[in-house]
Amino acid sequence: MTGSITEPRGVTRRLLQANAWFVYLFFYAPIVLLVIFSFSDSRNVGVWGGFTLDWYGDFAASEPTKDALWASLQIAAVSTVVAVVLGTMAALALERFTFRGKKVFDALLYLPIIIPDVTMAVMMLLFFAEASKLFGFTKGFSTITLSHIAFSISFVSVVVRARIAGTDQRLEEAAMDLYASRWQAFRHVTLPLIMPGILGGALLALTLSLDDVVITQFVTGPGWTTLPVLVFGLIRKGVTPLINAVSVVMLVASTGLVGLSLIAQRLRSDTS
Amino acid sequence: MRTGGDTGEDRTVDNSAVDIRGVTKRFGDVVAVDNIDLSIADGEFFAMLGPSGCGKTTTLRMIAGLEFPTEGSLRIFGTEVGTLPPNKRPVNTVFQNYALFPHMNVLDNVGFGLRMQGTGKADARRQAAELIELVQLTGMEQRKPSQLSGGQQQRVALARALVNRPKVLLLDEPLGALDLKLRQEMQTELKSLQRELGVSFVFVTHDQEEALTMSDRIAVMHDGELLQVGSAEELYERPVNRFVADFIGQTNLLDATVLDEDMIVLANGTRVMAPNPHPAGTKVAMSLRPEAIRLGPRGSVPAEHEATSLPGVVAAMTYLGHALVYRVNIDWLELEVRTETVGAQDRLQPGDEVTLWWDRTADWVVPDE
Repeated sequence: MTGSITEPRGVTRRLLQANAWFVYLFFYAPIVLLVIFSFSDSRNVGVWGGFTLDWYGDFAASEPTKDALWASLQIAAVSTVVAVVLGTMAALALERFTFRGKKVFDALLYLPIIIPDVTMAVMMLLFFAEASKLFGFTKGFSTITLSHIAFSISFVSVVVRARIAGTDQRLEEAAMDLYASRWQAFRHVTLPLIMPGILGGALLALTLSLDDVVITQFVTGPGWTTLPVLVFGLIRKGVTPLINAVSVVMLVASTGLVGLSLIAQRLRSDTS
Repeated sequence: MRTGGDTGEDRTVDNSAVDIRGVTKRFGDVVAVDNIDLSIADGEFFAMLGPSGCGKTTTLRMIAGLEFPTEGSLRIFGTEVGTLPPNKRPVNTVFQNYALFPHMNVLDNVGFGLRMQGTGKADARRQAAELIELVQLTGMEQRKPSQLSGGQQQRVALARALVNRPKVLLLDEPLGALDLKLRQEMQTELKSLQRELGVSFVFVTHDQEEALTMSDRIAVMHDGELLQVGSAEELYERPVNRFVADFIGQTNLLDATVLDEDMIVLANGTRVMAPNPHPAGTKVAMSLRPEAIRLGPRGSVPAEHEATSLPGVVAAMTYLGHALVYRVNIDWLELEVRTETVGAQDRLQPGDEVTLWWDRTADWVVPDE
């Protein structure tokens, strides 16, 4: 093997290779097990009882599961749309304009990415408790959606900002020089160019909303259970292969969305 | 039509495509453009020349409407446009590095301005196709800018601006990104295009050769100030100050003090004849172009040039094929002298004692600013 001088050789090389395999094993073995046992015809998780699709059938038949899935989708859809609009606007403001307090705003915007979920959840809970005293609303769809919007905005704006930074601001000047109004310049030049970033951010927000357990569990109200929260509840009653099936469905959905998000962000990257 | 070698402009507003009066632009504490007056005639090929940071691009951007003047008046064909946004002005710009829209093909790039003015899609495409033909890019309509060479992108940028039939076309270092051969080709093409269309071209460059070759008139800027406006010949032969003399072409600048209207005293005390308009005692510099200086063995100076001569010693000689370049030491300064090539036995050698002389009309005395 003719490699570069910096490439490891001999024992080092074999150890590093083993390490890589070990890491991947550590990552993916549980996932593989999860998927395998979701097809297991046995009530006991971890005991192979022959192949079956019953658990997926149960998932489809179970009212609470279907309700939870529907709740998850509603919340994810609304929170994503709102977070994308607000996140994109924040990204544009930070990337294109200078204003008083910009640095503070910049730092504060990224806080939700850093704060632990539990802290965020407690903050949200407190906030909604106080707010409900003033405005008298009940916890449920609105509180969950607002919380999801709150943490998604940061992620959306990070992704969109990266895209805006990569587009030439002079293109907008060129558009305005060619008789476009400010709005037309944005609509016909800036927006199409940052669209991959916006799409990527949207898919990321969708995934985050569909996956969230901690914050949702704190701010949820009667009658509103999302799919991940339902799974978490079921585990307490004992792990059944039904949970495996639900988890596999969520796994596939999330992976698909993240994959789409990455593709969207790379879309037309050759043109910027 | 020409206003001569000073910055004072005496054109009337009426026949000016662009008329700038007392315009200043500040960015915070930085004065980018400092109280300039400038008129650009309809149909003129006008260059703004200066080193980077001299304010030429800011001036262009103010004409385009991409910056607004802090003070002063800016008119385009008599209409005050000071704070009018760019989409309300009858001018278009060819941007540095072109700023083509990467997500649109050539046809849509060129048609963009028409579409924004409300022209129908089919009509915009037809007119765009005409311009694409004018810049010789027929067949490239469906390509994206990233699939074009630098020269082709340049032409698209040109077509995209010209399709709107602007009253003034602004060009910001349009040839800067092209290699030398292509640049020279485009210089010729731009010039003939401008003649054909009869539209004013206002052209920003830091390349003096480009400005001299293409323009009817040139404005030289430095540190936000407009130093001189004039034809290539005026700038080269009658620069208003030391900076312009030094910036346009190559020259030797000899520090001196004015003695009277005919004589100046050089830094080492030598008196030379140099008719000048400056009061006695003024610190000046005498500009002597390398090709205006003659060179001969010590004492060989013709009698009529006695008053415009200096002794020197050859320090170095470079053979350029069509010319010989001597570096000649004159006591406190080294001068560059350019002569026609002569046979090897007639060339002067380093160490030779020589006399330099020049025609009385060849030197030019500028205030030492």
